[in-house]
Amino acid sequence: MSKFAKKKDGDVPAVSTASLPDIVFMLLFFFMTVTVMKDSTLKVENTLPNASETKKLEKKDRVIYIYVGKPTSQYEKVFGSEPKIQLNDKFAGPSEVGDYILQERAKKAQELQNVLTTALKVDKNANMGLISDIKQELRKVNALKVNYTTYEGDAFMNLNR
Amino acid sequence: MPKVNAGSMADIAFLLLIFFLVTTSIETDSGIDRIMPPLTDSSDAKIKERNILRIEVNDRDELFVEEKLVQIEDLKEIAVGFLDNGGATLGTEDFCDYCRGHRDLTSSDNPSKAVISLTCQRETGYGAYITIQNELVAAYNELRNRESQRLFKEDYSKMVEHYESPGTPLLAKERLKERIQRIQKLFPQKIAEVKIE
Repeated sequence: MSKFAKKKDGDVPAVSTASLPDIVFMLLFFFMTVTVMKDSTLKVENTLPNASETKKLEKKDRVIYIYVGKPTSQYEKVFGSEPKIQLNDKFAGPSEVGDYILQERAKKAQELQNVLTTALKVDKNANMGLISDIKQELRKVNALKVNYTTYEGDAFMNLNR
Repeated sequence: MPKVNAGSMADIAFLLLIFFLVTTSIETDSGIDRIMPPLTDSSDAKIKERNILRIEVNDRDELFVEEKLVQIEDLKEIAVGFLDNGGATLGTEDFCDYCRGHRDLTSSDNPSKAVISLTCQRETGYGAYITIQNELVAAYNELRNRESQRLFKEDYSKMVEHYESPGTPLLAKERLKERIQRIQKLFPQKIAEVKIE
């Protein structure tokens, strides 16, 4: 009858797993908040070039994306293997870029319409002719701020040698 | 009332977690910023030939500066030399007191006058184009960092980073903005792209 009962030695109590759900939920919420759902599936190959002098694109609501690249193998038969422009979910020609920008701009809030950036996500194997056409279209609708989206890395890796 | 068994809660949460892990991708969202000139740009102002650095890229991604073939690795150095030249003579209004270049009379007068002109062809690869853009931006950043170190004992790129980070207090932001603008005025980024026909 001692006040402090002697512990039984050699018998390790089971680890409580009651807090496991909490830990997992924490992780879950972390991933839910940091990740962004893709709103369009990529239909073009999109290996971005590397660059070291980059700037971050903050504020996703101020960005309009344009994808350029070779159609993926799934679409190659129909659309050929020349680099194409993808706007939202469909392929488009350079002449449709202007309308697309105007449409997307109209969807944004009034105060953001003048500070929009166009992010060009272009495959590194595309050529400049198409890009130049796109830029010309962008200038026509006065979307002058562009961002050539790249991966962080050594820029000399872009060169095919 | 019996207790609800919470043992399977972890399993459910795991399922959700794995779902989010698989379906989402952390997007790459950094790149080279550029502001294009408006279409109705009638700036026919005469620029002296010595204030223009002409860069051309052909369809085989070969680089020509002033019609001489150069390696892309050397481009940054050439651009720095051109921008930092400060060829105007002492006493004229274009004289550049912060330049450390060769003061060559056949190269640019003043960094604020110097323009880099970039011409591509339709078949030029996008990869090469980005590399060149990257090198040119690197040249500007090197010079801006140098001046920033001299004037404010802080890198230009660090200041921009500070300025853009959301945690910076408003007062510090004002001060940074002023400094950034001052540096940008010393070395304004003037890259003109010639339209491809």
